[in-house]
Amino acid sequence: MQKVLHINADKCTGCLQCEMACSFENYGTFATARSRIKVFDFHHTGKKVPYTCTQCDEAWCLHACPVEAITIDRLTGAKVVNETTCVGCKVCTIACPFGTINYVQESGKVQKCDLCGGEPACADACPTGAITFIDANWTGLDRMKQWAGKLGNQPAA
Amino acid sequence: MSWAGKILRVDLTNGLVKAEPLNMDWARAYIGSRGLASKYLVEEMDPKTDPLSPANKLIWATGPLTGTMASTGGRYTVVTKGPLTNAIACSNSGGYFGAELKMAGWDMVIVEGKSPKPVYLFISDDVAELRDASGLWGKTVWQTEELLKKTLQDPLLRVSSIGRAGENQVLYASIVNDLHRAAGRSGVGAVAGSKGLKAIAVRGTKGVGNIRDPKAFMIAVKQAKKVLADNAVTGQGLPTYGTQVLMNVINEVGALPTRNHRDVQFEGAKDISAEAMATPRKTDGKKHLVTNQACFGCTIACGRISKMDESHFTVQNKPQYWGASGGLEYEAAWALGAANGVNDLEALQYANQLCNEDGIDPISFGATVGAVMELYEMGVLTREQVGIEAKFGSAQALAFLAEQTVTGQGFGKEVGLGSKRLTAKYGHPDLSMSVKGQEFPAYDSRGIQGMGLAYATSNRGACHLRGYTVASEVMGIPVKTDPLATEGKPELVKAFQDATAAFDSSGLCIFTTFAWGLPDLAPQITAACGEDYSTENLGLIGERIWNMERDFNNRSGMTAADDTLPKRLLTEPAKTGPAKGRVNELAKMLPHYYEVRGWNPDGTLKPETRQRLGL
Repeated sequence: MQKVLHINADKCTGCLQCEMACSFENYGTFATARSRIKVFDFHHTGKKVPYTCTQCDEAWCLHACPVEAITIDRLTGAKVVNETTCVGCKVCTIACPFGTINYVQESGKVQKCDLCGGEPACADACPTGAITFIDANWTGLDRMKQWAGKLGNQPAA
Repeated sequence: MSWAGKILRVDLTNGLVKAEPLNMDWARAYIGSRGLASKYLVEEMDPKTDPLSPANKLIWATGPLTGTMASTGGRYTVVTKGPLTNAIACSNSGGYFGAELKMAGWDMVIVEGKSPKPVYLFISDDVAELRDASGLWGKTVWQTEELLKKTLQDPLLRVSSIGRAGENQVLYASIVNDLHRAAGRSGVGAVAGSKGLKAIAVRGTKGVGNIRDPKAFMIAVKQAKKVLADNAVTGQGLPTYGTQVLMNVINEVGALPTRNHRDVQFEGAKDISAEAMATPRKTDGKKHLVTNQACFGCTIACGRISKMDESHFTVQNKPQYWGASGGLEYEAAWALGAANGVNDLEALQYANQLCNEDGIDPISFGATVGAVMELYEMGVLTREQVGIEAKFGSAQALAFLAEQTVTGQGFGKEVGLGSKRLTAKYGHPDLSMSVKGQEFPAYDSRGIQGMGLAYATSNRGACHLRGYTVASEVMGIPVKTDPLATEGKPELVKAFQDATAAFDSSGLCIFTTFAWGLPDLAPQITAACGEDYSTENLGLIGERIWNMERDFNNRSGMTAADDTLPKRLLTEPAKTGPAKGRVNELAKMLPHYYEVRGWNPDGTLKPETRQRLGL
């Protein structure tokens, strides 16, 4: 079963535990500036929205890469950057419609979410369940259940 | 390690900035943030320094856990000598700025001197420079943050700044970061204003990467987060209702200071409570409260984000106040509301927005308005002087005085002096509800006896964040004590004061202590720093910090006579509620407190106390 990161922005409080967990997992340091997941704070509405790569099936970044540095992790389905192959040309950052693959000037390579090999640190760190790692086929399950509750929570006739 | 190991010294007079290594001996003995910055201040500055003179120093400080995954690790403090109190001042703030400063690689920024023209400090990792702020002077906090992000083309900047109130040296001006998080008390913003320093703008990309034992740290941090999540206060009460959960509770125990402490219960408490914020308004059918919000790294998320009724008289045709914005927290709701007898929730949030927008402390401001209203009702102040009819309960007067105070107009200039100076000027110094010049927060010490002692002995003047015995006396944390009893309170106050000083110095938020004690902090900070920060040692460090602050105040000229409460609380009994007929019995607690502290009867430190604490 393939799993995906599922984001429920309504539950996000803006604590940035996910950003710290991401940078710690990948760089061994708490540096939100190096996180592959970013939380955006829309202060006029009070909404906070975590945003990261959704691992497109036909990934623009993968197809755009001239040196085939982006490959598919068969286990997780993640599109993974091979740092030794990446030449830092940044074409993938232009190709990605969502902006979720970015250049890192310190390494001269690009970085993106790789699902931490199947145990995403961001989902583990999220204190409110705004970020979860769930069955790719059933990201709608919670919402369906919520609406089903309109029937399910009525006493039996 | 977890310290960055580096501090930035800023000489405003000569326009110079310089990096220095952190004094690691001091770091080990005083941890960071409150304790460590106070140590630098105490060592480097004459305690008799005039707070608004160039000789005063202004220190932004993070702790070793700031910018880490420890829950609530986003705190920073601003340490200086306070112009409101003439005592050591240490104001703590959350939001994101503190963590950003730490991630840029700095434990502290020590600001000295006075700039010949307005400047702001720009920090991008190792690069730090003073830049011209003439285009920012005269702007609000909100405008300053927006302008800096826009002109520097960097939406990820974090900004800590003063508004017009700080520029005008309102004596309780705050320093505000991330729009509505504030180092709020004691007038730290006025010190920045006196130095011509408008803001610090920082980008930090280096991160905090030198945790001594990362594996042990992550285990300890995860465990401690679970304790917060499983606790009724930090896991449910605070995220759902915020600190405002207290409004009805404290009113019921008869300790909600009302109308400048004339009363101890407010008939309008329910109208300005957490419950009111979550109930749809009659006017537009919408709730005041929009959502809760966390500061950096916080797994509690007590912050309130609210939206005002656009048709309310305070904000008609003022769309800048229609968006979601910070507030109301309990202290602000009390000070702007009950302290003045105002039960108009929307008016309180309007005043609260002005406090954030231009940087003033809502507690001292609201309490000062309470004193103004009492003087007005006594006929000492007139409508002509104040500029509006200012009876208790007037939302119009509250809104008007907030506008006047933040912009430094008319009677607002006098309100900006704080209640001590204002009431003295009009011949009624007893009507200032303050200790050491700083106004009380939202707990009446006639109904919660231990708080009277905590207020009287607080090193930064009246304050709930130096020894919050309300936790024990009202909420039963960690053990329930009788709020009307005085026995055992000196020991209780000391224990709270010492533990709080240790927490404040770690870089974490004191709200964790609703669920955590020092034994929960110890493994986290020990793993991060690689020092022996056992429970016992942390307690000792807290005590050391407390005594160091006290000693600074003593040397500044304060005496035991300053450890007192206003006459009203000592002689006018509470009129209603469980504490009816009671005054605060400070005299029964204070002498024993001095003994427990190891102080002489005149409030100075005994030589053996200095020796035991390494002072």
